Amino acid sequence: MSENVDATLAPQRLGPPRSPISRLLESRLIGWVALAAALLAPFVTASPYSLNVMTTAAIFVLLASGLNIVVGYCGLLDLGYIAFMAVGAYTAGIISKSFELPLLFTIPAVLVMTILAGLIIGAPTLRLRSDYLAIVTLGFGEITRITANNLSVTGGPSGIFGIPGLLKIGGLDVENPAVLYYLTVLVVSLFVLASARLGKSRLGRAWRFVREDEDAAEAMGIHTYKVKLLAYIFGAIWGGLGGVLFAAHLSAVSPQSFIFLQSALVLMAVVLGGMGNMRGVVIGALVISLLPELLRDFASNRYLVFGLLLVVVMVFRPQGFWPARGYERERATVDVDPPAVATEQGR
Amino acid sequence: MTQLIWDGLFVGSFYALIALGYSMVYGIIKLLNFAHGDIYMLGAFIGFALLTSMGGIPASLSLGALLIVLLVSMLITGGAGVLIERLAYRPLRGAPRLAVLISAVGVSFSLEYGIAAIAGPNPRAYPIRLEGGVFEVLGARASLPQIVLMLIAAGLMVALNFYIQKTSTGRAMRSIALDSNASLLMGINVNAVITRTFFIGSALAGAAGVMAGAYYGKIDFLMGFIIGLKAFTAAVIGGIGNIKGAMLGGLVLGFVEAFGSQWFGGQWRDVFSFAVLILFLTLRPTGILGERVTERM
Repeated sequence: MSENVDATLAPQRLGPPRSPISRLLESRLIGWVALAAALLAPFVTASPYSLNVMTTAAIFVLLASGLNIVVGYCGLLDLGYIAFMAVGAYTAGIISKSFELPLLFTIPAVLVMTILAGLIIGAPTLRLRSDYLAIVTLGFGEITRITANNLSVTGGPSGIFGIPGLLKIGGLDVENPAVLYYLTVLVVSLFVLASARLGKSRLGRAWRFVREDEDAAEAMGIHTYKVKLLAYIFGAIWGGLGGVLFAAHLSAVSPQSFIFLQSALVLMAVVLGGMGNMRGVVIGALVISLLPELLRDFASNRYLVFGLLLVVVMVFRPQGFWPARGYERERATVDVDPPAVATEQGR
Repeated sequence: MTQLIWDGLFVGSFYALIALGYSMVYGIIKLLNFAHGDIYMLGAFIGFALLTSMGGIPASLSLGALLIVLLVSMLITGGAGVLIERLAYRPLRGAPRLAVLISAVGVSFSLEYGIAAIAGPNPRAYPIRLEGGVFEVLGARASLPQIVLMLIAAGLMVALNFYIQKTSTGRAMRSIALDSNASLLMGINVNAVITRTFFIGSALAGAAGVMAGAYYGKIDFLMGFIIGLKAFTAAVIGGIGNIKGAMLGGLVLGFVEAFGSQWFGGQWRDVFSFAVLILFLTLRPTGILGERVTERM
């Protein structure tokens, strides 16, 4: 397999970015700029429709940043990611409806359930080869949806509706769309930041190593199974919280929201944006969720375009439009070493 | 009981036809052709377009017309399979698995929503319905169209088996499955053989699509999704990469489903077959007939 170790997914260039544009794109400021844009957006347009679209987009960003941990960092293709969102949304919905609790208080239960779901799906399948894993996750996604469709506790095909709001403190009513939007943006930006930090941690480096060459990682003493399972569990948590926000946003959950198409859309956001690069993934998620709203003509044929784009991107630019690169600052010093070492690492 | 076995056998022969394409492609280039189920859908729509363009067909000629349409659709879907391999898979040979899989998901999406854009998103009714008497065989009800379709499926499988076992191309396929680099050194035109494999696999899926359209009478652009997943399950049950295994796996899955929906209720049928897939992958990933493979580095 040594000839397959991909030069395409690996960081191409070490050291700090050279051109002013890439230095601007790599700067830390850009995250704050994006957050400011998200916070100021309701001052530009605050119709119920646009708030609805923006909240949905923010939740989609959260999902994409979660899937990025699994697919982008660790290189495990998960085609049933939306199942975690389903688990989170249904858990939150069922508990808050039956105990008349605000959704916020269901979060511990949601965490337990999504981690359990991650373990149930991950534990038996993560020893499989990567292409089997894709199909099995797809199967699990369908099983989750069909189960929700058939059980009575989940409300069957019509789902659960009339879910209480996220929280109610005195006069501050979170069911107000603008308040919910700001809360969503806050939560999502925290989790996007956490996901980006995770990617730079020790665990994040282990994930990348597993993605690049699992056998070598194993030989270097990384417990690949454990590391992969952790990627799954983190992805599941992100998805489950996305589900809670989803339930708060729509105040209704039904199986129709968790079809394969949704998993595929999240995957597209991750792949098109640039696997492993959190900024690219956020932009990919925004493009995929907002573009159909902005371009109505495009909306009818968007899935065809997305599908063709996936193939084109994989053939011509497998690392995505904005790939991860130069993420490890210390590597800048490596360049000073004899070139043989640098090329060896660059490959 | 015999009714369940008969139903399982009938559905299973469809699964087997599609599973063959999965298994052949996987066996030869270790590619999981995610778009394979959508080739089945494409076949159904091509058959639909051909039958519609032929105009009204008297019921007495419907079987003959169906056979002609079946052959033409097989040629077209086979060509589509070759084209897909050329454009979406060949440039990625040697690329990491993840890239190829994502490309395959993209192909699947393009096919589904391309057809939806051309033919419209609503289900279409097939212009011919097969009609025929119902027989009682050992207490099971079997209709003439069922028997005819099963004979067609069996005929295709026998022909395929002959092709793989007896012809030189078949031998080349088997040798590429064993070791593609060595085959290249032995003078086999590997790319040509892979093209041919895609042609045959896609043609079989297209045939299954036309037959399903004619039998069930309704087609839509997402019909390939679940059946693709089921066919993959069948291929895994039989041992992926193994031709006879795919046929056996299709029949086994047909039985499992027939009995599963009898015991647990029809709404759990898909859950039941995916659970079987997951069980097989975790407990016996090589399937019933598959040999143990070690992943080469």
